[in-house]
This record gives sequence, C-alpha cells and structure tokens, in this order.
Amino acid sequence: MPHRVVVTGWGVVSSIGQTAASYWSNLQRGVCGIADATLVPADQLSQKVVAEVKDFDPRAHFDDRQVAMLDRVAQFAVVAAREAIAHAGISLGDGLSERTATIIGTGVGGQNTQDDNYKRLYREGAKRLHPLTIPKLMVNAPASQVSMHCGLRGPAFAVASACASATHAIGLAFQQVRSGAVPCAVTGGADACITLGTMKGWEAMRVTAPDTCRPFSRDRKGLVIGEGAAVLVLEALEHAQARSAPILGEIVGFGMSSDAGDLTSPDDRGMVRAIEGALADARLAPADIEYVNAHGTGTAANDEVETKALKRAFGRGAEKLVMSSNKSMLGHALGAAGALELVATFLSMRHGIVPPTINYLGPDPNCDIDCTPNEARRMQIEHALSNSFAFGGLNAVLAVQRGTD
Amino acid sequence: MQDVAADTIAIIAKRVAPEKRNLQPTDRLDDLGIDSFSAVEMIFDLEEKFDIQIPFNSNEVRPEFRTVGDVVAAITKLIGGRA
Repeated sequence: MPHRVVVTGWGVVSSIGQTAASYWSNLQRGVCGIADATLVPADQLSQKVVAEVKDFDPRAHFDDRQVAMLDRVAQFAVVAAREAIAHAGISLGDGLSERTATIIGTGVGGQNTQDDNYKRLYREGAKRLHPLTIPKLMVNAPASQVSMHCGLRGPAFAVASACASATHAIGLAFQQVRSGAVPCAVTGGADACITLGTMKGWEAMRVTAPDTCRPFSRDRKGLVIGEGAAVLVLEALEHAQARSAPILGEIVGFGMSSDAGDLTSPDDRGMVRAIEGALADARLAPADIEYVNAHGTGTAANDEVETKALKRAFGRGAEKLVMSSNKSMLGHALGAAGALELVATFLSMRHGIVPPTINYLGPDPNCDIDCTPNEARRMQIEHALSNSFAFGGLNAVLAVQRGTD
Repeated sequence: MQDVAADTIAIIAKRVAPEKRNLQPTDRLDDLGIDSFSAVEMIFDLEEKFDIQIPFNSNEVRPEFRTVGDVVAAITKLIGGRA
C-alpha cells in the first residue's frame, strides 16, 4: 500500500532571503535579487548581472573548522537543511535517523573550491593544493554534509541533472517515502557557481541576459545565473500525523522524461511527457491543476517551448491556467532552482497568493499563457505543478496538493 | 580583405554538411542547417580566428547574421573598426 507523502518543513537560502520567512515575504512583494556581480570581477564579464546570496556570512552558521571544510554550496545546503528540520520539529531519535533519506540535487558541486584551487595552480604556480580540495568540490559534498551536520544516517546521495537536479532529487525522495522504503526524507537542491570560470562558460553559450531576467516577456534577453539552496522534509502522512506535525503540503505525483535529442535546445514533446507523467502518477486530470510554477528561464527558446508544451498538455484548459516564474526574482539557481520553486509553490498554496513574474515588459505572442505579470495575485490553489527542464534534455515535473494546516 | 572573407567562409563551412559546402553569399544560415548552437560555436571560432569580440545573444533576432554574406560583412566591419 503506497504511503501519502506530506511536507512538514522547509528551509531556504536565496538571493531574496536567507530564511523561508524572508524568502516568502520578498517573493510575494516581487523583490528582485538580480544585481551587478560582486563575487567575481565584473570587469571580466560581458554579462555582469547575477542573483547572489548577498552578505552570506558562513561564520553565523559554522565554526572556523567547519567553514574550512565546506564549499559555499555545502554551506547553503546545510543551512537550508537545518532550518527545514527545525521547522518540521522532528526528533531523529528512536532509530528515525537510520531511516531518514538525504537526497540533494546539485548541478555542478563545489565550483568555488575548484576555481580557487585552479587559479592557485595555473596562475600562481602553486606546487600543491589543500588536502580538502577534492572532498569540498565533489558533487555529493552537499548531500554528505547535510547528512553529517544533521545526523541523517539513512540512504544518502546526490542527484545531478543540471537545472532539474533538485526536482529529480525531490521526486526520488518522494518515491522512497511513498514506497515505504523510508518514513522520512530530507531533500532539495543547492548550487553556488558564481565563479569566474563558470560565468565565462555561461557567457560563451550566449544565453545570458545583459540586463535582467524577463520570463515570458517580449524583448527577454536570456537567463541570469543565481545561487542558493532549499531543502524540504518529506514524511509519510501517518508518520507526520502520529507526531501531530503540521501538514504544509503534499506531493502527489512525479513525472520524468528525456528528450534524447538536442543537448541544449528544449523539446516540447519531452516536456509534455514529463507533465503528463506527473499528472498520471498523481491520478489528476489537467483540469485539476490551477497553477504551474514554470521553469521560465527567460531565454527565447525555453519560454516559447514551455508555453507550447503546457498548451499541448492542457489543451483548451491552458486559457484558464495561471503560472509564474520565480526566476524573474531569483535568477536561475540551477541545481537549487527546483527546490526553491517547490517551496514557493507550497507557500503560494498556503497563503493563496501567486507571486508575480516581474520585469515583464509586455506580451510575446508565442508566450500566451497568463504568467501573473508584475503583480502578485490572490488565488486559491488546490493542485499545482512545478516544472524543471534541464540542459541535456532532462525533464522533471512534480504535482502537489495544498496542505491541511 | 580577401583573406578575411575566405577565412570566414571556411569557418562557416565547418558547420555545414559536406554536400552544401560550396557556399554563396546569399545562402541563408538557416537553410544551411546552422541551428542556434552551431551559430554560437561558429561565433566562437570567428572570435578566436580574428581575435575580436562579437556581440551575439542567441535570444535576440540578429538580421546581420542571416546569410553567409551578412557574416562576412559583419566580420570585415569588426576587423576594420579595430584597425
């Protein structure tokens, strides 16, 4: 008998708030986290805007020894995980620690560590690197550090699928809890790759915007790189009820697909299969979905193709559909994006408020689904989708339901 | 200047199927099968070859990169502007 999978806690480190409460406050007010880069020398960038987690102070969260062992991406993941576990009010005694999964999505891992060390080696002619170089930069470091810092001893691993990493991670955690393999999972995503090397790589793809991120808008000029982390606590419904935990929301379905086509161009057919997979898994009809938290990167290609996919999946129902893209405020936090957006989706359902897609200049005829332009909107939502579509043609969609508390 | 045109055309030709490599100035990049990412790779090759910066964003429609002749003209202009 499959278990119902509920969400009982979450934590956020983002460019618009370093707690879930400040994140939501700024999200619903349409505060933009995008600004000129300070983490990298802007004079070496042709596209200078990014969405940084501003003034993040690791020493507010870790002692000196811990700071030395953690790349920025792992710091974000651990801070978000601690907040999520505290929010859930869950005690990991009585063997629960051994039965709690830790599944954290990361696009690229410890890029700050890699960049700093390569600079030392290639530019400064260093003869040796620090012994923590590899353990800090490995892609599973955020998952490992969350398990270590939070004392989670069950199944633990990283999921890497670029921009869909967090959604794939949460989807796998959902399947683990639903199947009964574990009663509890700590899951989400983290990325922190605003480094010179990574930014020059993004620049070379010619997909980043010079001004800001304008998903679904006319005259949008591309994506803006962001960073951050979000982590959720998932529990089997009866497990949460037994300890009288607040039910903040429920994950009801998960769909995945691969385009097996182009490396970078999105494909609406792959997107549709993931959307329909999530709906079928949740036993929901398209008409049951009132809101979609869109992937909405702000590139010409993604937003047009995502609109096409939603119209194919929802048919005439797409005319009534409401969506929004949090990336207009957060930039694209890559491996963290799906988790940040899922938390935003649950918060939208709890508060009955859809955050806006900001920086919107006017309609693009190829993006003709209501994207809640510029102003937040009051709206009751029972069921929603959260979309993530990655480079490499990897698609992941979660279907969710409003919580009872 | 002749060399710039020849070198530019040779770089464009690398992105095109062998049977279509007899390029004419009026040939459209779309018709030659150069998709958006091939165009990005072509721009990179041109920047490396001529040591220039080409302002190019895949999200914008760029009339100056529609045909083979457009690309040759744009590169010639960028190199001329530098000299």
